[in-house]
Amino acid sequence: MREDRHIISVIVQNESSVLARISGLFAGRGYNIESLTVAPVPNDSGLSRLTIETYGSCKTVTQIEKQLNKLIPVLKVVEKDDFVEKEMALVKVPIEESLSDVDALARAYNGKIVNVGDGSIICMVADEPTRVAYFIKAIQKYNPIEIIRSGVVALER
Amino acid sequence: MEISGSRMVVEALKREGIDTVFGYPGGAIMNVYDELYKQDDIKHVLTRHEQAAIHAAEGFAKVTGEVGVAIVTSGPGFTNAVTGLADAYMDSVPIVVISGQVPMALIGTDAFQEIDAVGISRACTKHNYLVTDAKDLPRVIKEAFYIARSGRPGPVHVDIPKDVSAQITEFVYPDKAEIPTYNPAFKGDLEKIKNAVEAIKSSKRPLLYVGGGVVQSNSGNLVREFAEKTGIPAVETLMARGVMGSTNPLLISMVGMHGSYAANIAMSEADLLISFGPRFDDRVTGKLSEFAKEAKIIHVDIDPSSVDKLVASHYPIIGDLHSVLTDMLPLITEIEPEQFEDWRDAIEKNDKLHPLGYDKGEAIKPQEVIEKIGEVFGDRANISTDVGQHQMWAAQFYPFSRPRQFNTSGGLGTMGFGFPGAMGVKAGDRDRVAVNVTGDGSILMNIQELMTAVEYELPVVNVILNNNYLGMVRQWQTLFYDDRISETDLTVQPDFVKLVESFGGVGYRVETMEELEKALLDAEKRNVVALIDVKVDRRENVMPMVPAGGSLYNMMLR
Repeated sequence: MREDRHIISVIVQNESSVLARISGLFAGRGYNIESLTVAPVPNDSGLSRLTIETYGSCKTVTQIEKQLNKLIPVLKVVEKDDFVEKEMALVKVPIEESLSDVDALARAYNGKIVNVGDGSIICMVADEPTRVAYFIKAIQKYNPIEIIRSGVVALER
Repeated sequence: MEISGSRMVVEALKREGIDTVFGYPGGAIMNVYDELYKQDDIKHVLTRHEQAAIHAAEGFAKVTGEVGVAIVTSGPGFTNAVTGLADAYMDSVPIVVISGQVPMALIGTDAFQEIDAVGISRACTKHNYLVTDAKDLPRVIKEAFYIARSGRPGPVHVDIPKDVSAQITEFVYPDKAEIPTYNPAFKGDLEKIKNAVEAIKSSKRPLLYVGGGVVQSNSGNLVREFAEKTGIPAVETLMARGVMGSTNPLLISMVGMHGSYAANIAMSEADLLISFGPRFDDRVTGKLSEFAKEAKIIHVDIDPSSVDKLVASHYPIIGDLHSVLTDMLPLITEIEPEQFEDWRDAIEKNDKLHPLGYDKGEAIKPQEVIEKIGEVFGDRANISTDVGQHQMWAAQFYPFSRPRQFNTSGGLGTMGFGFPGAMGVKAGDRDRVAVNVTGDGSILMNIQELMTAVEYELPVVNVILNNNYLGMVRQWQTLFYDDRISETDLTVQPDFVKLVESFGGVGYRVETMEELEKALLDAEKRNVVALIDVKVDRRENVMPMVPAGGSLYNMMLR
C-alpha cells in the first residue's frame, strides 16, 4: 500500500500524561511519527494542540484517527490535506563563513540571523516544511555545525 | 462532609452499588483496607494472588453485566494485576481496578514497592488515573465506573498514592460523570440502518455473524428475534457462544479456526454478512484476502475503530447494538423466511457432510466429557474455561442456552483465567453451578485459589481434561513441527485429589464416563470447591482446524 505523508492535528485536554498516551498509541500500534509538536491552545482553558506528521496508507491513517479519538482526553482529531503548514529551523554556522551570504540565504526562506557569538552565528528560517528542507540543503556549503528543525505546525484553511 | 481519601473510595463504591470486591492488601493500599474493615456493606474476597482478583472481577462482570471491582497494592501487587487488566482490555470487560501507590513525595525516587503503574496500565486499559489530590477522588471514581461500562466497555485503573488516601477533605459524590471529550456512540444512523435492511432484502445467501458485542449490549433476545423473523442462519464467535442457543435450528455453530465445517463454508459462500458486534479477529477470519470474498458486509459496532479495521464494510453502522436492533427490527418487512430456504438447505447438507464430531475410543475422549457435563448440568451451569484444547472443545460441544453462560478468555488467551474467573461467576450468580473446564496445564496457573474458594464458599467445579500435555501447543507441534514435543509433556504431575483435599475441597479421579457423572453430581451436592481429574485420550486433536493464516474454507477435518 502507498505510504503518503499526512498531517494530523489533535486537540486534547491538557493533563499530565496525555502526550504519553498519544506517543504510546503510535508506538504500540506500529504507526510512525515523523515529527510532533505540542503546545497549549492560547486563550483557551486547559486544551493543547498536537500536530503530528506521519507516513502511512489512507487505511492506516484512518485507523490512527479512530484510535486517537478513542483516547478519553482527546477532544478533536483533524486529518486533512488542506492545512497551512509551517516549520522553523535554527542553524549554527562558523563565524568564519560570510555573514552576508548566510543572511541573504536565510532571508530567501523567510528568516534572518538571530545571534552572533564569538565562534558562531545562528540563523533561523520559518517556511513550509519542503522549503525548510531546501534551505537546509542550501546551507550545507556554509559548513553548519548544528541544525534543528521544530517539526510542523499546521492550521486548517 | 470531610472524610479521608480511603473512606471516599469505600463510600464511592457503595454509591456505585458494589457489594463484592476482590483484592489483596499491602503497604500502599492499607488506608483503604482499614476503611473496608470498618464497614459491612461491601464484602471483600481475599484472593491468594492479585491476578486472580482481577480475573474474579472479570468473571463477576461477565456473568452479571455489571462493573467488577478489584483492589491491589503498589509495586508487585499492581504488576501481578497487569495480566488481568490486559485480559479485560482484549475482551472489553467492564472492571475498575484500584491500586495503592507510594506517597506523592516518594514518586520517582525508586521507593519500596514503587512502580510507574499508570505508565504500565496505559497500554492495557480503556483509561487510567493517577489521583494526586483527594479532592479529585469522587469525580475520578465516578468517571472510572462510567467509562468502564459505557460505549465499548473495558477496564479502568485508578492509582492512589498513600498520602492521598490519607488526605481528609470534602466529599461530594457527583450524580453523573461529565467528560466533555468522551461521547460514546449510541444511536445508529437511521439512513444507514435502512440501507442495510434493503441489502438484506435483496440478498440470496445472508449470514448472521454474531460476536461478543451482542452479549455486552444485552441484545441476545433481539438477535434471536431478528433470526427468527428473517430465517437467516447464524454463526457465533467464541465470545458469542450462547447467544442463539444450541437447540436453535438457525444456529450453524461456532466459526473460525476451530469452527464447524458448515459454519466456515457458510462464511465463505455468503453474499451478505450481517455482522452484529464481532471484531473480525484473526482467529475468526483466517487469511483476510480470502475472507468472505463473495459477501457484502454489514458491520454494526459501538467502536468506530473496529469498523473497517481489518475488513472493509459496505454498510457500516456505528452505534449501540441494542439500539440499532430496536430500530432495525420494525423495518424488516417483505422478508419471508422461505426465501432463504435453499441457502439453509445447502448449509444443512454441509453440516451433515462434516458435523462436529469425534471418534469414540477406549480412552475417554475430551469431547464426550464436555457433552456429559452438558447433559448433567445443561442450563443449570455457567461454564468458564482456561485456554487451550479444552477451551475449544467446551466451545464446540457444550449445549449453551443463553448469553453470559460462557466465560472465557478470548482475546488475550490467558491460561489461569478459568478458575478465578469461575469464582467471580459464582459470586455473581450463586444459583447456578459454576463449572470451570480446564486443562492440566492451565489449572496450575492459579491453583492457589483453591484456598479462596474454600474460605469464601465459592464451590467451583473444576473439570480437568487431563492429557498430560500442554495440549494445544502439542497439537501444533504434531501438525506443524513434525511432532517434536518441545517442553509440552506434562507427565510429571501432582496428585490432584490429594492437592485439593489439602485445601479442604474434594477431589475425584475419573476413568470412566459413569464415574464422571457421579463425580459431577457429588461435587454439586457437596457444594465445596472440587477438582475432577479426568484422564482423557492423550493425542486427541481439536478439529476442524484452519491453520493460522490459512483460508477459512481450507480446513483440516480429522
